[in-house]
Amino acid sequence: MTQATASTMTTHNLSVRYGKHLAVDQVSLSIHSGQVTAIIGPSGCGKSTFIRCLNRMHDFIAGVEVDGQILLDGVDIYGPSVDPVSIRRRVGMVFQKPNPFPHMSIMQNVLSGFAFTRKRTSKSKEEIAEIALKNAALFDEVKDRLNAPSGALSGGQQQRLCIARALAMEPEVLLLDEPCSALDPISTARIEDLIHTLRTNYAIVIVTHNMQQAARVSQVTAYFLSGKLIEVDETRKLFTNPADQRTEDYITGKFG
Amino acid sequence: MAAFSEQDFLSTANEMKEVESARVIVGITREEKNAQLVERIFRLLCLSAAFLPLLILAFLVGNTVISGLERIDLDFLTGFPSRFASKAGILPALIGTFYLMLLTTIIALPLGVASAIYLEEYAKDTWFKSLIELNVTNLAGVPSIIFGLLGLELFVRALGLGPSLVAGALTLSLLILPVMITATREALKTVPKNLREAGLALGGTKLSVTLRVVLPLAMSQIITGAILSIARAIGESAPIIVIGAATYLAFLPNGLLSEFSALPLQIFQWVERPQADFVENASGAIVVLLAILAIFNLSAAWLRHHKEKSRGSL
Repeated sequence: MTQATASTMTTHNLSVRYGKHLAVDQVSLSIHSGQVTAIIGPSGCGKSTFIRCLNRMHDFIAGVEVDGQILLDGVDIYGPSVDPVSIRRRVGMVFQKPNPFPHMSIMQNVLSGFAFTRKRTSKSKEEIAEIALKNAALFDEVKDRLNAPSGALSGGQQQRLCIARALAMEPEVLLLDEPCSALDPISTARIEDLIHTLRTNYAIVIVTHNMQQAARVSQVTAYFLSGKLIEVDETRKLFTNPADQRTEDYITGKFG
Repeated sequence: MAAFSEQDFLSTANEMKEVESARVIVGITREEKNAQLVERIFRLLCLSAAFLPLLILAFLVGNTVISGLERIDLDFLTGFPSRFASKAGILPALIGTFYLMLLTTIIALPLGVASAIYLEEYAKDTWFKSLIELNVTNLAGVPSIIFGLLGLELFVRALGLGPSLVAGALTLSLLILPVMITATREALKTVPKNLREAGLALGGTKLSVTLRVVLPLAMSQIITGAILSIARAIGESAPIIVIGAATYLAFLPNGLLSEFSALPLQIFQWVERPQADFVENASGAIVVLLAILAIFNLSAAWLRHHKEKSRGSL
């Protein structure tokens, strides 16, 4: 895993303020396609705030100030001529709590991105839905009830439906914000397997509370503490031989 | 295994007796008994407080309904007002109320929903938003007759609409807008934030997420609120009297600018007449109005129930 792929997304000195509180402090980090980048750190370290910058989800919250650069294929996504909506189509996101649209069927949920954006496609709706559901490892479980309401699925299935929904839009980057924290261990294992297979086609960033999970699914791990990026390295190295004392304290369970 | 000796058995039995007698002593003290009694009396008081208004209401409505039902027949429903109580009917008032209801819905529903969407989804927390919110809250408490006066000056006189159907509907719309806005905002608030985020993260604009996620999920509750506010509007008499609606109309309203009458107004006018027969007519009209309001409230309740069943938990 040492080959240097072209970075898909890069942040330069990214800082985020909520009013006077500095939540992310001068973070510079590169995210590569074909790799899973895990972001770990104790609660309140700014990891969720950080990835919500990557698809400009902070735009909807009053009083959030983002400084620094985020380049997606060399273009600053906070640049003046950039439409945030187009960024969100290229950078998909899956949230902590499964949030399928309760008034839509499984099929409608997968295709909901197209309904929101009127994005054109040459494929048929059934084709898109089937591919997205297969990619999210959910197709076999729901193929006989695509028109059933999404609420009929289990929590883990709902979360995979949310992943399918994001994948249907064919994003380049997939942001996963603690995607398993509301799931049981079996559902978690299925999602982790899924992340493994998805890695080849996307740049994936996963925020997780769970260090074992970071170790299992990621190739690169970044450790955040009080808004600062303390250390970023190959996952194996960061967990076995961290360069920074603070990282070692965290991964050996001295705090957090 | 040691056998269970007689000695053991006796001592266990003794212990049990002791426990029992201890319980009697601990039992219920006098204070506890008093507390229980007070509790019971208080509950009875609250219960009768709840029942008293119900009884009075049942008596009043019962009386009216009994004398009103006797009066209602096809001629009463399809007849025009008359100097003779036995020949008088409520058709113009009934049709007037129906048109008022329709027009008020057409005017107030889009305005109310759009204002609520602005306040709930778009407005940032500025003094301007607080100003609007303050106004909406205050307007909800303004007596309906004041809205009538406003309607008289603004719609009937300044805009030259006269005491017409559309002037009446506009006045009633103003009256119920605050309620409609508040109800719609409450409905929008029930849609969880994470569903809005999900839509936005998929590349939806605020508009598309509002139209495809927020409104569909809030719709049944919005409609429930709308039905209840419209029900309030058609029961109002004061604003309609003030803008000068007709009480004696020998024709049906035939356009937006046509003169009109309405059920509450007809009731008001008949109750004022000294002849007992007209009061009986009023009872008949009251029963019709109550029936319409009951249909409104029941459909609102049904919608709410239906929503809870179909949507499950969010």
